[in-house]
Parts: sequence; C-alpha cells; structure tokens
Amino acid sequence: MTCIERRLPSDEARALLDLTRDMCAQSLAPVVDAAEEKSEFPRDIMNLLGQTGLLSLPYPEQFGGGAQPYEVYLQVLEELSSVWLSVGISVSVHSLACFPVAEFGTDEQRQHWLPMMLAGDTIGAYCLSEPHSGSDASALSTQAAIDVDGFIINGQKAWITHGDLADFYNVMVRTGESGANGISCLLVAAGTPGLSFAPRELKMGAWASPTAGVIFDDVRVGPDHLIGTEDGGFRIAMAALDAGRLGIAACAVGLAQGALDAATTYAQQRRQFGRPIAQFQGLSFMLADMDTAISAARALYLDAARRKDDGVEFGVAAAKAKLFATDTAMKVANDALQVLGGYGYTRDFPLERYFREAKMLQIVEGTNQVQRMVIGRALTDIS
Amino acid sequence: MKIAVCVKQVPDTWAEKKLRDDDSTLDREAADGVMNELDEYAVEEALRLAEANGGEVVVVTMGPERAAETVRKALSMGADAGVHLVDDSLHGSDALATSYALAEVLAARNFDLVIFGSESTDARMSVVPAMVAERLGLPQVTFAQKVDVDGSKVAIQRQTEYGYDDVEAELPAVVSVVEKINEPRYPSFKGIMAAKKKPVETLTVADAGLDAAKLGATAAWTKVASFAARPPKAAGTVVTDEGDGGAKIATYLTEQKFV
Repeated sequence: MTCIERRLPSDEARALLDLTRDMCAQSLAPVVDAAEEKSEFPRDIMNLLGQTGLLSLPYPEQFGGGAQPYEVYLQVLEELSSVWLSVGISVSVHSLACFPVAEFGTDEQRQHWLPMMLAGDTIGAYCLSEPHSGSDASALSTQAAIDVDGFIINGQKAWITHGDLADFYNVMVRTGESGANGISCLLVAAGTPGLSFAPRELKMGAWASPTAGVIFDDVRVGPDHLIGTEDGGFRIAMAALDAGRLGIAACAVGLAQGALDAATTYAQQRRQFGRPIAQFQGLSFMLADMDTAISAARALYLDAARRKDDGVEFGVAAAKAKLFATDTAMKVANDALQVLGGYGYTRDFPLERYFREAKMLQIVEGTNQVQRMVIGRALTDIS
Repeated sequence: MKIAVCVKQVPDTWAEKKLRDDDSTLDREAADGVMNELDEYAVEEALRLAEANGGEVVVVTMGPERAAETVRKALSMGADAGVHLVDDSLHGSDALATSYALAEVLAARNFDLVIFGSESTDARMSVVPAMVAERLGLPQVTFAQKVDVDGSKVAIQRQTEYGYDDVEAELPAVVSVVEKINEPRYPSFKGIMAAKKKPVETLTVADAGLDAAKLGATAAWTKVASFAARPPKAAGTVVTDEGDGGAKIATYLTEQKFV
C-alpha cells in the first residue's frame, strides 16, 4: 500500500501505524488470497493482532486497552483493510462488541468482562439484526423473559459476523413493550446452553469473514449480564452503531486505497500503443479522481472521529462518513478494475475481490439508505 | 543471566545501496535505516532464553544517532535496556575497529552471553562475532540454528553445509545465530509504549574509554581505492523455439556452466 502521509497526534501513534504496516506486509498480504479462496477465518492472524495489542486500541489502559483515540484506531483499521478487508471487519466488529460494556457497563461489569474482552485472545459478536428486522431495528422480536434468576432468551439473530465462533455475544432483546423502548442489551458467553448457530451465509465477498445466524433456545443468563438499564438497550445499540459506522468508513477507505494502489501500479507497468497506459489522460484522470475521492472520504471519517474523541455529538458525521466512504469504495473498486481491463476481471488480480467486497460495505452497519435517512432527519428535523 | 545482543542499523534491505563520493563509505542517509534482519533473530533468541531461564537482555549498538531507532525497536520487542555507542570518530570503522569498540563496551558490563546475528546485510563479512569473542578471550559458538543454555553451559547446533554440528562452551560465551533459529516476534503496542521508559545509555568514544586512534576510516586496515556503479543489465538472450527449444536451452545452460 502507498505509505499515506498521515497527520498523527503522537509518536506512539506513528509507531503503531508503522507496526501495522509491517504486519500487513509480512503477515497479512502473503496469506490473504489463499484464505479468502478457502473461506477460512484467519484465527491465527487475529491472535497475532491480539498479541500485538491491535484488538483493544480504543479502550482504557486499566482494562488492558491501548487508550488510543478513535482518530488513531481508525487509521489502523484502514491500513489493515487495505490489505485484507475481512480482517479489518473482524477488528471493527470486535471493537463494536466491546463497546456496550465499556461505555454503559457498571464498574463491576467492566472489571469482570473487559479484561477478558481486551486480552487479545477473544473475539466478540454484536447481535442486533434479525431475519425480519434489519433497517427497522426497533422491531426486533428476540424475547428475553425475566425471572428470579435473570433472563431466558428465545429467538434468532441474523447476519452476525463471527456468528458461530465468537467468545462473547452482545444481544439486543425485547424485554418490554414493542418499539424502541422495550429493548435490552444482554451479554452471552459462548458455550451457554441453548446457544446454537445457523449455517454460514454464502456471501458474494469477504469469504474469510464468517457470517451466520445465532439461535437462542431458552438461553439463560444472570441479571448481572444486563448492560445498561432494562428496556434501555436501544440507546446502547444506536450508540454502538455510531461508533461501528466509523469503523466501516475506515475499512472502506482502506479497501479503496488498496484498489487504487493496484490500479496505479498496473497503469505504470502496462504498455499499449508503445507507452505506459498511465500516460493516457483518459486513464490518469480516472486515477486522479479516485485518489481525490479517497482523500475526501478519509478526511470525512477523521473529522467524525475527532468529534467523537472531543466528546461532542458525532452521529450524523459518522453517518456521512460511512455513506461517502463506502459509496467511494464501490466506485473506486469499479473504476480500478476497469483500469486493469480483462486482467481485472480475473482472480489472478485482487480487483475483482475488492469489487465484491465493496458492495458489502454499502449494506452493513446500516444500509446507505439508512445513513441518508439519519442525515436527512438531522437536516430537516422531520422524522 | 545477563544477555547482550549486538544489533546494527543497516540500510533498508530492498533499497539500492550507494557509496559516498567523499570518503567511499556507505551512504547511510540515502535509504531508510532498519534493524539488520539477522539481528532480529538474535534479539528474539535472547528474549526466549531470558524468558526460559530468567535474566536481563541488554541491546548494544554502535552507529550514528539515528541507530537509536534500532535500539528502540529491540526494546519494544522486549529487551530491558540499551547501550548506544555514538561518536563521529567511529565513522568509517572497519570490522577490526568495530570489534575493538564493541568488545570494550561489552567487557565493561560482564555479560554471561553475547548474541549476534551471523552477518549484516550491508557489509556481509560475518567476522565481527568471532573477532569480538577473540578480543574478549571468550569461546565463540557461531552460526547457531539452535541454542540451549543449561546452568553454566551453552550448547548450539552450528549450521553446516552437510547438516549441523553440536558445539558446547562454558559461559560466558559469544554466539551468532542464523535465520533458521526462530521467528522473530513483532513488537507489541504496549511494548512500543514501554520502550520509551526503558533505560538507554548513550556513550561517546571517550565515555567508553576507547582509543580514538584505533577507530574510524583512518585506522582502517583496508581502503576503498575506487568504485563504480554496477553496469546496467545487459539485454537477455532470446531463444526461439523451432521445435528444438529444449535442446537450445540445454546448450545455453551448459555453455554458461549452470549444468
């Protein structure tokens, strides 16, 4: 990947980005193609990222985190995704899964759960969507009945990244009235009786990132597994998604940068009509437009991240970043593939993979139509 | 156990290396500096030995100011402390002078084990570990593909063309390692943060009590009389297959003495 000149806030952030680039070049790039081809989740790579501290970056040091601002964490995510989107997505989803306890848990819950979640050898899942409740998340129907021992969960979650291999699950469940005010957030550890999984989805891309339905059949958890207040889970779900959207925006910028780098290298080397094709203005203008769009997308997610780091409202900025970055990734992947012509359409080059993967990013963590809804509502004050 | 690892900052392995016009020494400013690759294996081995047997790992380097980055990298991998010998008068030192300087620094610190990578990617002489051992009067067990420490002994497998030799020595000793020995770890992010707080002793030639007359380009036993850039690659030979391509290639390979 082109070494992006980043304006980073500290020496430690610069060292962290250097470390990330080294790992991308030495440990991710050599194995990405084979693992994607075999739909093989790279647990060893995740363990490596965990050992080096990359799975806990935006969380407090006292619980094992790296205490890095989102501005830095997201740029790490971007670098990872430029080489291997499935790994970037895994890191983003894991961070998202740690978010409810870190932000809304009690001191006891943070002390109990976070060291395990941030240790680097566990992976989390975030369970909000259901087969019949996607964009309309507040319509979810997975039930949690309340009794003296805690909660009994029944229902099914859909499209869950790390679905059948996570170590812990954040689950949004219905504990009260219909709509947004009857939802609670529960933590479920892997191996809890009654927890099972649907077969993995056969996706168009990101094959090394497992996506599966999660089934709850009388799954019992104690009252101490409730994060936040009873029926107060929807606010947690939305806050987590705001942060998660930033993660996807960074992943999208990384993917786009990876695609542009591949197209640029090819355009410099490929000769037609006696000259490198990069000399043709029609082509170099395409590259210039891609580069400009990527820079704009990066600036947008960094602006949203800095708002979050400053403790000010960032939800709408995150929606804009997610929308623009993922639409940019789709367009760049498409144009970059075009630069390679017939070769771009083959599996000998990574462009067709980027193309398939970019589509996913326009859909996950809120479709881009939902992002527009968020932005439109903020603009007009009409919902 | 107190272990020293000697590391060297070298130009990035993949960068084109150039000599300076003024004094014919390697132009270290022309490329990014990185830790010599084999030295990463040496650091890893030292860390593993210290983890298994207890003890302290001190990383030692001789080089210009920016070689401090290489000390920092070893510290972020897990080494405990650093020693950096930095002085303008060291510039242009040959292997003999380098071994003199390193041996003096090491001798003043009483290590049980000194570990080197078996060669550097810039000079590629593979002689400094042996020279340092000789100067220190210590056994040299070099080109190790496996190292075990047991009490007061170090046992290695010395890599050879035909396999390996088992070699043992009493501690203290000097060991050099080859690439086969391990897989160096990445620094962890916490290691990077912790490295900032680890002690690094910066020494001048005077601080180390070295005789400046034995150091630098003027004291070198060899001189670069002249040098020239490598000639550009010649055009290749095209073999056209007219049903006899295999035979033609075989003839070419024979002529070139490849087969």
